Amino acid sequence: MIDDDLRDLYQEVILDHGKNPRNFRRPADASHEALGNNPLCGDRLTVYLRLDEDRNIRDAAFEGKGCAISIASASMMTDMVKGKSLAEARELFERFHKMCTGDDDGGIADGFEDELEKLKVMSGVRQFPMRVKCATLAWHAMNAAAEGEDAATTE
Amino acid sequence: MTNVVNLTEPIGADAFDVEAVRRDFPALSLEVNGRPLVFLDSAASAQKPRAVIDAMTRAYESQYANVHRGTYHLSQVATENYEIARAKVAQFMNAKSPDEIVFTHSATASINLVAHSFGSMLEAGDEIIVSVMEHHANIVPWQLLRDRTGIEIKVAPVDDAGNFLTGEFEKLLGPRTKLVAVAHVSNVLGTVTPVKEVVRLAHDNGTPVLFDGAQGIVHEGVDVQDLDCDFYVWTGHKLYGPTGIGVLWGKSEWLEKMPPFEGGGDMISLVTFEKTTYREPPARFEAGTPAIVEAVGLGAAIDYVTAVGLDRIAAHEKELLDYAMLRLADVEGLRIIGRARQKAGIVSFEFGDVHSHDVATIIDSAGVAVRAGHHCAQPLMDRFGVTSTSRASFGMYTTRAEVDALAEALEKVREIFG
Repeated sequence: MIDDDLRDLYQEVILDHGKNPRNFRRPADASHEALGNNPLCGDRLTVYLRLDEDRNIRDAAFEGKGCAISIASASMMTDMVKGKSLAEARELFERFHKMCTGDDDGGIADGFEDELEKLKVMSGVRQFPMRVKCATLAWHAMNAAAEGEDAATTE
Repeated sequence: MTNVVNLTEPIGADAFDVEAVRRDFPALSLEVNGRPLVFLDSAASAQKPRAVIDAMTRAYESQYANVHRGTYHLSQVATENYEIARAKVAQFMNAKSPDEIVFTHSATASINLVAHSFGSMLEAGDEIIVSVMEHHANIVPWQLLRDRTGIEIKVAPVDDAGNFLTGEFEKLLGPRTKLVAVAHVSNVLGTVTPVKEVVRLAHDNGTPVLFDGAQGIVHEGVDVQDLDCDFYVWTGHKLYGPTGIGVLWGKSEWLEKMPPFEGGGDMISLVTFEKTTYREPPARFEAGTPAIVEAVGLGAAIDYVTAVGLDRIAAHEKELLDYAMLRLADVEGLRIIGRARQKAGIVSFEFGDVHSHDVATIIDSAGVAVRAGHHCAQPLMDRFGVTSTSRASFGMYTTRAEVDALAEALEKVREIFG
């Protein structure tokens, strides 16, 4: 018997992304990269970005080790931010972060309806406060990469 | 006719009654997620018996004042209780004298004290030997010392089963080895270091030995005179006592030579702006108001452990470990990391390719509490080629049924991850 909260956390989509992560590679032409480190558990993900001169994300990928939640989140994120401007990606992160912590006001930001609908599968972490960091690790690393920092930490 | 019970020879006097022990620990009757708590994380911190909680409440309610300075009654009572706790610690470790017991706030703090104070007597090029099994608490203080003074750190290896390799350790000893600092028991592998061999080899080389006994004193106990090491550090909260109180035991000939670590009240003999003189150990190393009530709580924990019997606790944990190693070996996809010949009640494992955090989250929903992650031993994780493990660790109150509960809860992980 599996509890509802657990089923919410480990939805099929997440298990699929966790087992078969998209964009799990190191692009040779990445312009930015950063290591996302969760010192609590030792998980480490490196996020790679290729930004054009207008700060649009042309490519996003990642490598590393982590739990099903952090890998799935990185997989979905890299899929989603490709083709967006950095500013848009950051705004999406802000909305996603609120969703994970339960601070979401329910309103959908313009232009992100589809993304946020997809990201809803991650919102099961709300019931597991210790796991919010797993869900946001890759996003923190993306931010750090864009800002030219070498590493991001969830602390 | 009423039954007559002969109280001088109670039935099963030698039997370890784990259910009776469990009733002494209020937290063990908690429910988590609607299930009885199965607490398998005692190596991180143990639950507390009522006796410890009561002793601390009593100390706060009716025996509390600052120590070593008040001339009034309550301060004298508090001082006496604090020093009684020190004497209990000394007796528990079979130290020669309570003066060899320095109270700190944790095992980590104790190692940092030695790294600063003893470490200040070292020079660039001097060497310290640790093992690959160390907790970060027995790595980072030495690295900080290395950064300050230019010492070198050498690392003694373990084999693939997690056995401490005494022969390899011996090769690291040399003319510049100034300290050996290794774990008595590994917090990840459960490996029991051959401590007597380590002391013999180190002393033959003229090198003092520090043991990180955070796990060792709990699972194995220690007799520091018999062991003949030079420093032994541990912490209260893993021995069923409170947090915020740690112990540094050091041979008096070392403590007397060592300069103060932190300066402040209580550790001085005379202070002027020109010159300050320091008190003898252990006061020299206890600057500021100490953890008074925590010391009392630790004393109560020692009384409790002694009453239950350290030997009987160790035997219970050993039996449980044997059972767990067999029971968990039956769980498909589970790989135990650490199968040393001498092993304490700590079982680290991987479960298929499921990350330890996912394992821990899922089995928590069945009330089973294990530690997941690197266990503050990242170099050891690297040694075994893993980033993290799940870890079940046992205490005096752990039962076979709880090991079964762990094994059954792991089936839920399989159900979700397939």
